[in-house]
Amino acid sequence: MKIGVLALQGDFAEHISMLKKIGVDVAEVRLPKHLDGLDGLIMPGGESTTIGKLSVAYGLMEPLREFGKSHAIWGTCAGAIFLSKDAKSDQPLLGLMDIKVQRNAFGRQVDSFETDLEIDELMKATGTEHAYHAVFIRAPLIESVHGNAKVLSALEDGRIVAAQEGHLLATSFHPELTNDTRFHEYFISLAS
Amino acid sequence: MESKTGTWTEKKGLAQMLKGGVIMDVVNAEQARIAEEAGACAVMALERVPADIRADGGVARMSDPDMILKIMDAVSIPVMAKCRIGHFVEAQILQSLGVDYIDESEVLTPADEEHHILKHNFKVPFVCGCRNIGEALRRIGEGAAMIRTKGEAGTGDVVEAVRHARSVIGSIRQLQTMGDEELMTFAKNNGAPYELVKEVKETGRMPVVNFAAGGVATPADAALMMHLGVDGVFVGSGIFKSGDPAKRAAAIVKSVTFYQDASVLAEVSRNLGEAMVGRNVSQMPEGEKMAGRGW
Repeated sequence: MKIGVLALQGDFAEHISMLKKIGVDVAEVRLPKHLDGLDGLIMPGGESTTIGKLSVAYGLMEPLREFGKSHAIWGTCAGAIFLSKDAKSDQPLLGLMDIKVQRNAFGRQVDSFETDLEIDELMKATGTEHAYHAVFIRAPLIESVHGNAKVLSALEDGRIVAAQEGHLLATSFHPELTNDTRFHEYFISLAS
Repeated sequence: MESKTGTWTEKKGLAQMLKGGVIMDVVNAEQARIAEEAGACAVMALERVPADIRADGGVARMSDPDMILKIMDAVSIPVMAKCRIGHFVEAQILQSLGVDYIDESEVLTPADEEHHILKHNFKVPFVCGCRNIGEALRRIGEGAAMIRTKGEAGTGDVVEAVRHARSVIGSIRQLQTMGDEELMTFAKNNGAPYELVKEVKETGRMPVVNFAAGGVATPADAALMMHLGVDGVFVGSGIFKSGDPAKRAAAIVKSVTFYQDASVLAEVSRNLGEAMVGRNVSQMPEGEKMAGRGW
């Protein structure tokens, strides 16, 4: 099992350290050739416009779309925006996941928040019972899911913050900023 | 489900999202859009870039809130703004505007020559400059959630940024080799909070994200700073005081991502037009240097 982390910009080092913690081989991905031999890919938090522009400049858009057809990809925050079909702005998107997202949906940095989420799928998959503590930073919201995409987690008021479509996973929040490895374990189960 | 805002995790976390990126000084909405289009991960809104502050002289203060709001409206990436060292009312104003990060900056004229802002009192996160590990850990002790080397702003001369980054990173390495009984003396000699000194020794890194700033003018400068071990780069006057800002901005963004790949650096460095004119720091009178501001 070898997982790549898109390392163009953002908190890719934090994802790498989580993956190492659960004993997974990791590789940094900056160019199309770095996707060879990977079983899955994580796209980190960061600025989605920066990540998108660098992906276009270095020819990653098509190789990433191709990779996503047959491999697991997980986007956190900016990565989730990049995975989506629609972000209501004219920035480069992979369009792999049938979700519509709204950037900076909760406001500016002073509105960024932490909260506990009950995520049934995650607790079932990892055989645990405690809530998941989620860190949202200038977070996007998953406004709606379509087609085969399904809601994985929502806030109490129903706003969607995690979604899954087969082997594709999108979270508005940042599991890589916590010590809780359950989301990374869950993603590895999708990549297996 | 109780939600919490303004936590230490939130403050540090936004800086973690900026890693591997370039934060650019902009003076109006049009420059902010150029920066975003070039791939900046954030912009710093200010009325005059440091090179102009140097040229104009006089007292440099927080920028007009109207200009900051216009920049916030113009781009979707985070917007930072500067307040004077110790001027907590300017910081309160910036927080109320909703800026995403405040830079308590030596580039502006200090308002207090003994004390910095107690940054733990704010919900908005702060970045502060440093020349060495003692200064960095004092600022973190006051609540800075991100650190940058000071360099010498507005000069286009990278020598001071290199000096400060080498000093901070060298001290982190030095701590790794020290015995626990030596840490209190290290804390005393460097004027650094003991608990943070211990943390740096244990983790082998700064407790918060650490960018380079002050004198970066070319893609090669930015890549040099990344090699020295910083997490990302601020570029102030270097972009919009150059001949072709859009092209240079995009080149510096690429140089930070591909800092280890000299062939990419060669490609992005081609035909960038005039770099900012620059001033040689070694020939600059002490009184003109900004890096000494900070206590």
